[in-house]
Amino acid sequence: MNTQSDALLSVRNLVKNFELRANSGLRKTKRIVQAVADVSFDVKVGQTLGLVGESGSGKTTVGRSVLQLIQPTSGEVIFEGQDLTKMSFEQLRDVRRQMQIVFQDPFASLDPKMTVGSSIAEPLVVQGVAGNHQDKVAELLDLVGLAADHAKRFPHEFSGGQRQRVGIARALALDPKLIVLDEPVSALDVSIQAGVVNLFSDLQKRLGMSYIFIAHDLSVVRHIADHVAVMYLGKIVELGEKDAVYRNPSHPYTKALLSAVPLPDPKVERSRHRIMLEGDVPSPVNPPTGCRFRTRCWKATDLCAAEEPQLVVRPTGQQSACHFPE
Amino acid sequence: MSESVLKIRDLRVTFNTQLGELRAVRGVDVDVTPGEILGVVGESGSGKSVSFLAAMGLLPKSATITGSVELDGVELIGAGRKAIRSVRGKSLAMVFQDPLSALNPVHRVGDQIVEMIQSHQDMNTHDAGKKAIELLEIVGIPQPDERALQYPHEFSGGMRQRVVIAMAIANNPKVLIADEPTTALDVTVQAQILEVIQRVQQTFGTAVVLITHDLGVIARVADSVNVMYAGRNVESGSVQSIFDHPSHPYTRGLLSSLPHEGIERLHPIAGFPPNMLAPPSGCGFAPRCQHAIEACSAELPSLSPFEDLLTSCIRADELRVGRRS
Repeated sequence: MNTQSDALLSVRNLVKNFELRANSGLRKTKRIVQAVADVSFDVKVGQTLGLVGESGSGKTTVGRSVLQLIQPTSGEVIFEGQDLTKMSFEQLRDVRRQMQIVFQDPFASLDPKMTVGSSIAEPLVVQGVAGNHQDKVAELLDLVGLAADHAKRFPHEFSGGQRQRVGIARALALDPKLIVLDEPVSALDVSIQAGVVNLFSDLQKRLGMSYIFIAHDLSVVRHIADHVAVMYLGKIVELGEKDAVYRNPSHPYTKALLSAVPLPDPKVERSRHRIMLEGDVPSPVNPPTGCRFRTRCWKATDLCAAEEPQLVVRPTGQQSACHFPE
Repeated sequence: MSESVLKIRDLRVTFNTQLGELRAVRGVDVDVTPGEILGVVGESGSGKSVSFLAAMGLLPKSATITGSVELDGVELIGAGRKAIRSVRGKSLAMVFQDPLSALNPVHRVGDQIVEMIQSHQDMNTHDAGKKAIELLEIVGIPQPDERALQYPHEFSGGMRQRVVIAMAIANNPKVLIADEPTTALDVTVQAQILEVIQRVQQTFGTAVVLITHDLGVIARVADSVNVMYAGRNVESGSVQSIFDHPSHPYTRGLLSSLPHEGIERLHPIAGFPPNMLAPPSGCGFAPRCQHAIEACSAELPSLSPFEDLLTSCIRADELRVGRRS
């Protein structure tokens, strides 16, 4: 693991279990879903960690646990040297102004009855920030590429891309040091998506905050992230610098995932070798023993079922959790 | 080029809404040749789904449809409900984005396929049941005889989409329309479903219309491509030509807005798609086009041959210089 010195956020052994209660009328059953199973990573100052994985991999749960929007079952979330999991509600409120989130759906994350200006100013009101909120809102709108007079309008007057910009302006209102971006461009058309991705890069250059960029689109993550964590069924299976992970994937799952992504080039698509994974991601209620990927892995042996592989640093620089790395 | 199995001419769809007439499709021509995969790409609101829902006779009454849709020489627009029903699900079948809403939750999947077969073919239940199991095997469902007795909730998302494809091909359709069939699925499962679609096309010679917003999916499986914008077809051609030397500024903009290795900044297309309640008078893309001149807003450009493509840009010839590749 990286040294702690330049890490803004260090997550250690994070676990989040959800209880599933089923009441069949005859008997009650309780099952546990381990959505995040012992995950550790760092986010450095001014950098972006990309969190990728398929549905059910736990990437969104990691993002929300970091912000304490859901309470982790165990583990540490250390933000600027302080463990957030041990803080009281009041203490957390002070730290929260430094951590923000932008959600996937720009239609659901804005109150349709509030003007865009009051939505953006709301965090300032909640946190009791003094000063002229109108000026701040105008400044924030300008920062995200909207006009100051947009503040008087309502969300329905905006397109998807513009609404997402409003969501970003609101997240920036309290000058956060960390923003969790949870699938922030997935709902946008590609021609609009590019502008929002550029905005994230520009804002980071100007304001120096860190991002956790959660996405299932691997090519967008490759564009924006410095480091990448690949998740599968609640575990990080590969973690490292972007180029190491994308150029020399070490974990078979990373390799399969990269080869499954369709690239916009017919010549490449028709000539490259594709690893076709069988089946679907298993249920997190009853994950496979040992390596969680083994049921779909072409390299799996008895060892994989018996012993869980740990993250190990590979010659290409990244860490991966596999008994038979590439 | 062989005769088109599905031939759409000057298709127009208008919805009467409280806010006025929404012109979703404004004169679209499509030719699908037997056994090919035609990719239809466009952003939300471009009219790509509505065009083919109109062809299937699946639009609500608020839609006014004009133009012509010929399947194997039989006109579908204006045909009676009975005539459409005899075609739909038989020679023209459709697969949707969400497989769960396409399946009946209270019937076994095998029975649903049997129902599909028996509504178009005179086959007894025993034989239809056997055929249903064969179909499940073709789409790659393991232990098809056991799975046929299960209900949709017992299947994963990818497996459900396979079931829906099995139903769609049950009557050996000439054209299979797949509307964003992999959008709701994870990439590793998407790869499997695309392979199933390709296998169906190769095994049965079914022509496939694949509607998607994902240019990567198009690059992987399509033979030819229609690019749609603001209810019009702006460019058509072979997949290789479209990706190699696109001539319409929208196609070029779309391709260069994608992230690829080694570029510092992405190149978005400025502005946003037009309001189809009041579409632009001329070229639909002109308000966002960096090459637009006055003549572009004057009249709607028609799709005309340009090199090995069909393009609807009046400046295609001038803009040839300095393009992507």
